[in-house]
Amino acid sequence: MNNRILGALRSPITFSVLAGVLIGALFLVGTGADPVAAYEAVLTGSLGADGIGSTLTTGTSVLGMALALAIPLRAGLINLGGDGQLVLGGITAAVTGLYSPLPAPLTVVLALLAGMAAGALYAALAALCENHFGVPLLVSSLLLSYPAVSLASYLARYPLKEPGSSLPQTRALPDGVALPAFGDSTVTWGLVLVVLAAAAYWFTDQRTAIGYEIRMTGLNARFSAYAGVERRGLTLKLMSVSGATAGLVGAIGVLSFPYRFVDGSLTAPGYTWTGLTAALLATAAPLGTVIASFFFAVLQVGGLAMERTTEVPRELTQVLQAIVIVFLAARLRFPSRWFNRRKEAV
Amino acid sequence: MFFDSDLLMSALRALTPILLAALGGAICERAGVFNIGLEGMMLMGCFTAVATSWFTGSPWLGVLAAALAAAAYSLILAVGTVTLRGDAVVLGVAMNLLAVGLTSFLLRTIFGVQGTFDDPSLAGLPLIGGLSPLAYLSWAAVAVAAVMLSRHVWGLRLRGVGEAPDAAATLGVSPAKYKYAAVLLSGVLCGLAGAQLALGNVTLFTENMTAGRGWIAVVAVMLGRALPLGVLLAALLFGLAEAAGFRLQGLGLPQQATDAAPYVVTLGALFLTTARRRRRVRPSSTGAAS
Repeated sequence: MNNRILGALRSPITFSVLAGVLIGALFLVGTGADPVAAYEAVLTGSLGADGIGSTLTTGTSVLGMALALAIPLRAGLINLGGDGQLVLGGITAAVTGLYSPLPAPLTVVLALLAGMAAGALYAALAALCENHFGVPLLVSSLLLSYPAVSLASYLARYPLKEPGSSLPQTRALPDGVALPAFGDSTVTWGLVLVVLAAAAYWFTDQRTAIGYEIRMTGLNARFSAYAGVERRGLTLKLMSVSGATAGLVGAIGVLSFPYRFVDGSLTAPGYTWTGLTAALLATAAPLGTVIASFFFAVLQVGGLAMERTTEVPRELTQVLQAIVIVFLAARLRFPSRWFNRRKEAV
Repeated sequence: MFFDSDLLMSALRALTPILLAALGGAICERAGVFNIGLEGMMLMGCFTAVATSWFTGSPWLGVLAAALAAAAYSLILAVGTVTLRGDAVVLGVAMNLLAVGLTSFLLRTIFGVQGTFDDPSLAGLPLIGGLSPLAYLSWAAVAVAAVMLSRHVWGLRLRGVGEAPDAAATLGVSPAKYKYAAVLLSGVLCGLAGAQLALGNVTLFTENMTAGRGWIAVVAVMLGRALPLGVLLAALLFGLAEAAGFRLQGLGLPQQATDAAPYVVTLGALFLTTARRRRRVRPSSTGAAS
């Protein structure tokens, strides 16, 4: 067998994904479903003509959040406050969209920037907590997330609530204050923005000095500190960029269908956690993050299709995602002995 | 009156699950295993407790099953970090995610409902003096853990394993064994915490019903510096914040403000303690270390 194929098969990522799919199949058999039919439903439901638009829409949010988490993760920092930054970005974009006196196209740009700024400032707050008070980033970012989500929920339910509606949502944005969609689909220019962000991340990571510093810090924080990387500054910068990306995702969510801030609609699908899973799976490498995000978007959308056709609960795909990461975290891989023995036999 | 016995009782109810989980986290911390999978272990406990109580009719079997199931679940962390030397943070995050998915999946396949399982025939834990027996057990556990860790040879060895595994190994103490024991014990305690949450405080199971309490427990371990009594104080702070939140809601404050209260209070406490600790440390390590 070709050595490169063998190497890829033995990589922990391949192993983890295969293990996830296999254990998922066991679950399916356990519930009396046909695993082949269920997995087929996942694939056709997410990549078929009916599902691909939905996959790309979900993929926009998943990739955006995956980038938000990958950027600090590359330096070994984990931002667990994605939900708070995402929601603040969304509500800020909604307020900007509703009250901006500018013409519609400029308002869209302003709303995107405002959403990014809100996310960036909030994430920077978590970084300051670590830098100046010694509260670990993991904890400060996560704890800060809850009040942000509560605040946005309060705003959408009381001061900004659409009059006369029974739903916890703001008024719809004025005509034209929306990201242009491709044809009749739900896929908007948000996808382009997120892909551009991914490209910028790839370029920074691979081709610039700061990208190198970030990777070095991730590989060995003490060595890079010795080499002159200023850790506090780096934490603050990375968290700001991370929060801005999460805020962008929130703004995109509001500037796309249903063109308003709906309480829970940004956090309920679990983009933050799916994004974190994707970033972890790819060890925050730019290209890998894109691929992993697409993979998880397929799982998420395909899970709904599977539920419709085979009556297997869609939560199974969430189980699958987590199993992949559990295996990966334990750095399991095909034991090399298996292959060596096989070689000797041949 | 705002501070009365009702408030205290409601604080004691709110603190029990946090205390049990945080105690488990503290034992892991002492053994040198960073456990942020508390949330997931608790959630597994919640579901197992409800499912077992419903099928057997006995909440006590529910408590027992919850402890066993969460201990079994904690094996993922033990095998992953101790034997395979994987990343504890990534594993913990994955375990929390897996628990949310798994319990929601099982809720739908076993009970055929989505969101909440709430049945009048589901037996909850009896109350003694307004509190579930697990509340009293949690206080006893604090005392036992405090004595074990400061006096008993088992606890001293556990701390040795956490602080200097190589030194412990040369004395013939197996670090792996002690780490496994600590993680499994944290599983048992989280299982009890989950049972208390699902059969003590209320009698039902809701998707993701731990809602960040496992994370609060992680913070309580930090706040209490992994000392049993310190953890108790940290959990009490959280319990009071949650109880005060409920009370304020009754006085007309929006639910969103009170939902956020425990997290804000916890973060504030974390600020104060770490800031004070730093100031105390500063003179000896002049600037360079910070």
